[in-house]
Amino acid sequence: MLHLPILRWGVPYRSVNQVVTPHFRTREPFVSMSQANIGLIRRDLLLQGEKRARLQKIPYADLVAMAGRAAEYFLNGTLPLDPMSGTTQSPQEYLEQVSATTGSPHSNVKRNMLKVHGVLSKVEEVLAGLTRGMDLRVLDEGYGSVNGQMLSFFARGDAMGVVLPSNSPGVHSLWAPATVLKMPLVLKPGSAEPWTPLRMIHAWVKAGAPADAFAYYPTDHAGGNEILRSTGRGMVFGDVGSTKKWKADGRVEVHGPGYSKVVIGPDLADQWEQYIDVIAESISNNGGRACVNASGVWVTRHADAIAEALAKKLATMSPRAADDPAAVLAPFADSETGRRISGVIDGDMVTDGAEGTDSAFAQDVSAMVRGPGRVVTAHGGTYVLPTIVRCAASHPLANREFLFPYASVVQVKAEELPDCLGPSLVVTCISNDPAFRARFAASPSVDRLNFGPMSTTQIGWDQPHEGNLFEHLYCRRAVQRLA
Amino acid sequence: MSVAAPEIEKSRATLDAWVRELMQWHFNPDTGCPFWLQWAEKAGWEPRREIKTYADLDRFGLFQDEWLRGGPVRRWVPKAYKDRPIYTFETGGSTGVPKSRVNIDDFRIDYENYSATLPDDKFPKGADWLMVGPSGPRRLRLAIEHLAQHRGGMCFMVDLDPRWVIKLIKMGEMDMMELYKRHVIDQALTLLKAHDSIKCLFTTPKLLEALCERVSLKKAGITGVFCGGTEMTPQFHRFAVEELMEGAHFAPTYGNTLMGLGPSKAPTPADNWAIIYYPPAPRAMIEVVDPDDPWKLVEYGTTGRTRLTTLTKEFFMPRFLERDECERERPCEQYPWDGVRNVRPFSRFQKTVVEGVY
Repeated sequence: MLHLPILRWGVPYRSVNQVVTPHFRTREPFVSMSQANIGLIRRDLLLQGEKRARLQKIPYADLVAMAGRAAEYFLNGTLPLDPMSGTTQSPQEYLEQVSATTGSPHSNVKRNMLKVHGVLSKVEEVLAGLTRGMDLRVLDEGYGSVNGQMLSFFARGDAMGVVLPSNSPGVHSLWAPATVLKMPLVLKPGSAEPWTPLRMIHAWVKAGAPADAFAYYPTDHAGGNEILRSTGRGMVFGDVGSTKKWKADGRVEVHGPGYSKVVIGPDLADQWEQYIDVIAESISNNGGRACVNASGVWVTRHADAIAEALAKKLATMSPRAADDPAAVLAPFADSETGRRISGVIDGDMVTDGAEGTDSAFAQDVSAMVRGPGRVVTAHGGTYVLPTIVRCAASHPLANREFLFPYASVVQVKAEELPDCLGPSLVVTCISNDPAFRARFAASPSVDRLNFGPMSTTQIGWDQPHEGNLFEHLYCRRAVQRLA
Repeated sequence: MSVAAPEIEKSRATLDAWVRELMQWHFNPDTGCPFWLQWAEKAGWEPRREIKTYADLDRFGLFQDEWLRGGPVRRWVPKAYKDRPIYTFETGGSTGVPKSRVNIDDFRIDYENYSATLPDDKFPKGADWLMVGPSGPRRLRLAIEHLAQHRGGMCFMVDLDPRWVIKLIKMGEMDMMELYKRHVIDQALTLLKAHDSIKCLFTTPKLLEALCERVSLKKAGITGVFCGGTEMTPQFHRFAVEELMEGAHFAPTYGNTLMGLGPSKAPTPADNWAIIYYPPAPRAMIEVVDPDDPWKLVEYGTTGRTRLTTLTKEFFMPRFLERDECERERPCEQYPWDGVRNVRPFSRFQKTVVEGVY
């Protein structure tokens, strides 16, 4: 069986405590992960200042060059997996291993692999987007002159702790630029997706980065919390329950459910058929598991027809073998999870709303198209089939997010938009009406805004995503110097 | 090292003889406590006559947790000791009203017996001790102090209130918990700096980690660490020995107010850092039973629930199901009776118990 070690500032460590993750299909033990105890984590993190000081000495330009090489190694290289046993990992093995423990089709894994590669290879472009084009060589000295203006920045912490999810390898692109920003990383991988962060670390090290800029601790929830408590800056991914305790802690950037949406404005409402493909892509890309996947389609007219068209389009997506290039849907590594999610939807279809009122209205349109069976077993995995629910804005299913292609279709009055949407990570606003667009641009509830028929999952490298990593890690100070 | 069958039989004979002696003591109206005398009256059978061996104690059925919660606590005082100074000690209180156990000399006897297992070169006779851990209503405070005195030293004390720590955790006040831990460790550091005579330390796993984040045990002059109070994992065991001790002796123990104190077997490579404890037979026995059938011992190496029987003249508690699970361990040369491996909270209760906080 494969083994993944802890990396204690780059040094592999095999723990007595191991947790085994099975293959999602066979349920046979697939990989054993060394688990870090809290005391070990705390003791290692006493050294984070020293580790940052070392990284600080490497010029920004060198780190950018390393990121470029790391991108190539990540995508194409054979890298260490367990240096203690000599086990290595080829790109194909990486695809198969991620798929084996998460259920994601190879095509999804490959897409996310390219996403990580993209961020690392275009890291200057990404950082330019975060800093409005500022020359980040200013970080080498901590101060300098940019466009004739004195600037100075100081790091808000000595390391960034990141508690990672198991559901989507694409999220790793969010923290990937931290090394170029001279910030040591302390990573807690998701129990089902330990592969990507480990591969990224080894790619960086092969590219010339100091191994001791990276700590990698497979651990339990308490260990993850300790990482976030003990590092100056943090990022946490998870559901509402697991992330809510960090909401009030400004040191930690919380990435919970996205509640992303597609909106068709009243001016283009009658042309809805043109947008079905891009809406379906927004819902289903990456198996519907990312926070940028649309989970709601909000329109001012034709909601019934739109729901039916989407249901028909998504019904063409059927479970396929993991290595089928056309596979979109991802099975659940734990079959019970899939059944439980489907049960939640069925439970919420029956609400407390008075019969005949808006709040009681919800209809599983997909069930009418493909039949009522939402959970199926195929290719040795359990899948939840894409589901479109037509419901009222006040219905509990109107603003929900699940780990599979799911979306509500909601019809509201134009003047209620965007206030009725609630917090939304991404909104694709399909409208040519400047006044309608302006309301979205002014909304504090919309984090990322796409104008035009663009998938919610399409990421611009030069745009910040759910917080600005540079501003999260650095603070500007006033600086003056006598000539 | 495995132990020869005659040694096991000998220890069993000693245990059976001790059980018979205790039955004469606890069920004699001149010496026994009100609780057991009244129990025997209602039971309708005579333990003094009918209990001949340790195995016969099954006739008492399972000892009920509730019997030790609330009063009157004096119903547990053996008549023979009614004029002696009586201590009442409480369990941690992680689950409702704490259980109480009366004590006269048991804690002294237990810790004197335990003292004999400590290496003198690492826990030098005459050296002073520092105790950093829960005191208050627990016997630990007096017990550690007595251990230090028994070995010719004095004991410096830093208190910790575990019930407040549990409350902080339940309230999600983790920052406050860290501050409290820091407050405790600050006091320990002050004492270590002020008293070169301190060579021996008692503390809990989490406090040991916290202390070692602030000070090198070697530089502080600590040569022996007696650690207990909460669960210890094999990984913690390894971490403590390899990274915290710096040459000091690490003595993990399993103990509680109801049992007394169980020393650990010296680790061997084959144990892979498992912590293997042995009860202080014949004064207490721990057995590992089927969680669904508390009368059936599991096989060696198999996981089960711990069942405790305490057998002292001050306290008789047969067949009490603990809130722990572990693997059953074979007798060894030093301890020719059953032991327990890797004791941890009983998994079926884990969602409801806040444990391992201090």
